[in-house]
Amino acid sequence: MSRRNEIAEILRARTRDAAVRELADRLTVYAVPGAVPGLARLLVAEQGFEFATLVVDHLGDGDKLTVRYFFYAPHESCLVEIATTAASRAQLPAISDTVHAADWHEREAEDLFGVRFAGHPFLGDFVLHDDEWPEDVAPMRAAFNPGTRPREPGRGDEWRPRRLLDEQGALVFPVGPVWGDYAEAGLWLLETPGEQIRQAHTRLFYKYRGVEKIAEGRAPADALLLAERFSGNAAFSHAMSYCQALEKLAGSQVPPRAEALRVVFAELERIRYHASTIAQLAGATALVVGKAMGQEIEEDLLRLAGEVCGHRYLFGLAVPGGLAWSPDAAELTRLATGVRRGAARLAQYERLLTHSSSFLDRIEEMGTLTPTLAATYGVVGPVARAAGRTIDLRRALPYGGYTETPPEVAHETEGDGYARMRVFFDEIRASADLIRRHLETLPNGPVAAPCHPEPGGALAWVEAPAGATFHWVRLDERGLVARLRLGTPGFRNWHAFHRAVEGAAFQDFPIILASFGLTVAENDR
Amino acid sequence: MSSWPLRSLLRGIRTTAWPHREEPAAGIGPGRPRADSHQPPDIAERCPTGALRAVAAGMAVDFGRCVHCQRCRHGEGALPWSKDFSWTAPGPRTGPPLGRRFRRSLHVRYIDAGACGACMGEVRLIDAPPYNLHRFGIFITASPRDADVLLVGGPVTEAMRTPLIKSYEAMPQPKRVVAMGVCALNGGVFGRSFASAGGVDGVIPVDLVIPGCPPPPLAILHGLLAVTGRTGTCEVEELP
Repeated sequence: MSRRNEIAEILRARTRDAAVRELADRLTVYAVPGAVPGLARLLVAEQGFEFATLVVDHLGDGDKLTVRYFFYAPHESCLVEIATTAASRAQLPAISDTVHAADWHEREAEDLFGVRFAGHPFLGDFVLHDDEWPEDVAPMRAAFNPGTRPREPGRGDEWRPRRLLDEQGALVFPVGPVWGDYAEAGLWLLETPGEQIRQAHTRLFYKYRGVEKIAEGRAPADALLLAERFSGNAAFSHAMSYCQALEKLAGSQVPPRAEALRVVFAELERIRYHASTIAQLAGATALVVGKAMGQEIEEDLLRLAGEVCGHRYLFGLAVPGGLAWSPDAAELTRLATGVRRGAARLAQYERLLTHSSSFLDRIEEMGTLTPTLAATYGVVGPVARAAGRTIDLRRALPYGGYTETPPEVAHETEGDGYARMRVFFDEIRASADLIRRHLETLPNGPVAAPCHPEPGGALAWVEAPAGATFHWVRLDERGLVARLRLGTPGFRNWHAFHRAVEGAAFQDFPIILASFGLTVAENDR
Repeated sequence: MSSWPLRSLLRGIRTTAWPHREEPAAGIGPGRPRADSHQPPDIAERCPTGALRAVAAGMAVDFGRCVHCQRCRHGEGALPWSKDFSWTAPGPRTGPPLGRRFRRSLHVRYIDAGACGACMGEVRLIDAPPYNLHRFGIFITASPRDADVLLVGGPVTEAMRTPLIKSYEAMPQPKRVVAMGVCALNGGVFGRSFASAGGVDGVIPVDLVIPGCPPPPLAILHGLLAVTGRTGTCEVEELP
């Protein structure tokens, strides 16, 4: 019996038979709100499922909300959705007391939809900062006008960060939102009695652009620009995920050549993303030549993308149904050579870095996220794979061109900065290998199929450079976007970041930050 | 122990000769569509941001709106694309170029006011070996109190409005503001909404704009050189 059938049986035994439906890509369980925590506990605690994302969506009539919780089996292809309905301003039971990975998702839904979660300890100041926004604004509600913000101000200077450390001489050291050389906007509040960081709070969403809201009412081709560019250095992955959702709604089959080329470009993006992260890590440890060498490789990979695809960040390439165009034979040869050369230089770069004891001293046993914490917070991507969690959607829920050629999944267990760096390098090797294999056996033919999505909702996913990404797209009867949910790895991993900072010294904060390889833009949306 | 200084010396100089010579490498920027007198007006319908406008003489291009989506680059009736990157244009309230004394010592504070990551990536590279902004006497500073130029990316989100204004007010006179990326010009793909101001100009005065999504490193350097008048500017809109 397949894992999917087995789970279906278990869920049927727990609910009424009629409530479990088998869809092409997932099992869907319709439950009353009170049953959700029990089902979530069953899946996560007893069956070893991972929490994927939470999607709050409007039903057609009035102010009713559908709330969908997605879970997946980390090693056997099995996706489960628990769906429930909530009346306007209703209270739902929190699942985050057992599934801690859902903590930020519930905080976000409370802030943006006004859904209350009973039993959640930290609702309030999150996406909409209390110093800027009045308390009762819920911008994701259908009635909210996305064009203008309400006139009422927030609490202004009255807002104070939460403090936990009660000790003589203890202080809160704010880092951000304008800080560092080219740092992204975010606020990190470091609580310290002197030198050691005892507690840290990550306060993000300074870059909240309301992408999920402003996408509503747009044509799918226009909303593609948002899905692609809300997190520009993982643009191809996010665009691909969005396009896959539309392809599911259209029932369209992407041509084999486009499937293969999508793998090639997604992996090229991963190599460049990781190279950039490693260069920033070297920079954070003041290894100036190492940073310069990493940046040179990053720049050459950007130029390679620019030369072959017209855009250094691969903008405009992914479209629903496949790719906007195919690079010609000469460009693909250039791509193969460039990737081979880049991978060789990165291998040499790795040897240099791992033989620099002064550099290793700064990242070994630094910023450790233990496997236990990593599992509790449900972190994804390289951060998870450096802490004993071999979760990779390319293997867990194979999609597109990965169905035939799943990659090797990197695996380290220490969870420190060095383990994360080794994972980045391992993934670069695996990605270069995937690109080589796909370019050697690239099928001929078209790169785009017609894609005319029908009204309805679909979930699609990719393993973005930073980890598991889930996009939910729902189109209304006019074919316009009614809901775009961007479940990003940044949103998952920033949740756990402060745990890796606790106990570190101040000067290690930028190093730990760089070693996580996250972008704030991907979290804030 | 890796011999980093030796490796560094052996690699030699990797920095572009621009602006003294052209930079011949491919892929240094996305390029952009050029105004054209031969295109049928329906190519404008492909543009999702309204950057293309049919005029009597052909197709006009508003670089303040172009996001390099490449929809007018391929297929039938495609527009010609340039490979240039000297895109800096005067902003809404252009101050005169900073004087000679800033020509070898210009301090820049970069502010992320909601940039997507691509602008972040490109601005990080301006001090990488291929571009090396220090050879122009341009430096990135950590505090706006030491900055002559505020380089701002992103559509200016609600939460970044106050930090941006405070940073601007903390700068000593004379000061200049450079908005980089179409988001900072007019909100770009995010536009103007409940969550973003739709560009820097609505929040603080803007002297120069660098169009592009994102502007590549050489376009950013071109903009910073224009602050002190070491290079000229061009127009945001091109007519056929």
